[in-house]
Amino acid sequence: MHNFDYHAPKTLDSALALLRDKEDGKIIAGGMTLLPTLKQRLAAPSDLVDLATLSELKGVRRDGDEIVIGAMTTHADVAANADVQSLIPGLAHLASVIGDPAVRHRGTIGGSVANADPAADYPAAVVALNATIVTNKREIAGDDFFVSLFETALERDEIITSVRFPIPERAGYEKFRHPASGYAVVGVMVAKFGDKVRVGVTGAAGSAFRATDFEAALEKSFTPDVLLGIAVSPDDLLSDIHCTNEYRAHLVNVMARRAIAAA
Amino acid sequence: MKTKVTLTVNGQERSAEVEPRTLLVELLRDQLGLTGTHVGCDTTQCGCCVIHVDDKAVKSCTMLAVQAQGCNILTIEGLAAPDGTLHPMQEAFREHHGLQCGFCTPGMVMMGVDIARRLPGADEKTVREELHGNLCRCTGYQGIVEAILSVANPGAVKEHHHA
Ligand SMILES: Cc1cc2nc3c(=O)[nH]c(=O)nc-3n(C[C@H](O)[C@H](O)[C@H](O)COP(=O)(O)OP(=O)(O)OC[C@H]3O[C@@H](n4cnc5c(N)ncnc54)[C@H](O)[C@@H]3O)c2cc1C
Ligand code: FES
Ligand code: FES
Repeated sequence: MHNFDYHAPKTLDSALALLRDKEDGKIIAGGMTLLPTLKQRLAAPSDLVDLATLSELKGVRRDGDEIVIGAMTTHADVAANADVQSLIPGLAHLASVIGDPAVRHRGTIGGSVANADPAADYPAAVVALNATIVTNKREIAGDDFFVSLFETALERDEIITSVRFPIPERAGYEKFRHPASGYAVVGVMVAKFGDKVRVGVTGAAGSAFRATDFEAALEKSFTPDVLLGIAVSPDDLLSDIHCTNEYRAHLVNVMARRAIAAA
Repeated sequence: MKTKVTLTVNGQERSAEVEPRTLLVELLRDQLGLTGTHVGCDTTQCGCCVIHVDDKAVKSCTMLAVQAQGCNILTIEGLAAPDGTLHPMQEAFREHHGLQCGFCTPGMVMMGVDIARRLPGADEKTVREELHGNLCRCTGYQGIVEAILSVANPGAVKEHHHA
């Protein structure tokens, strides 16, 4: 690992000032993606700005029709939170199947969303639940947040402070987990808000997307079988060492049906 | 530039001068001499380095020493009683033949203690699921799972025929 300077600012403002002033400063949250990257020397930031001391970025609360999750809340804390479990059980389940227990004890929702790994789990929920990504300077709609592979709408000196999830009537998440890495080969969240349905897909393409054909069919009948005849085009899906784009297209349909059954 | 970190390790306050890039496992092994915590990979996947930080299982190869400032650390060396009496999880690994070469064992035992604390009454499927981030090249996991189950949920351990 290349060396860097480490900072543990006491306020969000001083964290932002550090990011602005340092030549190549980077935020560290749970470090579960960043530290392995630094160990492999795939990045060499001049400074790391740790958000761990900012307690206002931690915790879960209900705000009217929404669940608000602080950016520094760990996957384990989301999975174990009583409000998330009772109001959006599909989201608690999603957090509980990220990585392994030690990863869930450190990894955070802000870090996961900011990192925008195409195989990460949270992006499916951000898209399906139409979440709002709240930063120090603005609110970004879930549909506009993920730009492409590892790329989001975030600017360099922008810090995610929380993610707001509208509470659906029903929502389920199922993933086909890569047996070695644990990441999603394909993961699908299906969410029902009254007569509207949103389907968020992760793992299958460069970034999370909505399966709009599924949504239209599910708005008529919210049952797994209604998706049986609807194929997803493999054209824009990922093909890699793990599987082909055709296989991923097939998995999107299977995971969506399982997610509806679980919702 | 080095900075000073002060933390509690196995009940004792310890301080050390570290670089910002020093990993917590490097501080424990190379500077504090606690070589019971192992390093088996550089991708955060094997779990040989699992310790407890403020009562939670974490991978000490993927945390900076400076991030542990003021934290309460428990490593495998701190698990047994001062008179050497094994912790129930260590005793269970001995009893159920939960190790062969022993390389993964410190991480397995520390994760086992964490699982038993978080999920009392866990069934076998749950214990296997919870061990997703701890790899063992020798045992085939059967003895490890039985050992953890015997502490977390004694009723769930099936009668096992030792050779
Ligand atoms: C063995 C292993 C298995 C894993 N399995 C899975 C899995 O199955 N599914 C899954 O989804 N993920 C998985 N992960 C990734 C894990 O969920 C990470 O926790 C997550 O991707 C990054 O979160 P972090 O808090 O650790 O962020 P960090 O690693 O600290 O940071 C990641 C990036 O986000 C930036 N960042 C962090 N916080 C903020 C913020 N608040 N605002 C703006 N930018 C920010 C950082 O600068 C950095 O670029 C796995 C990781 C490991 C090591
Ligand atoms: S050495 Fe920490 S996970 Fe492998
Ligand atoms: S006992 Fe040898 S790796 Fe587990």
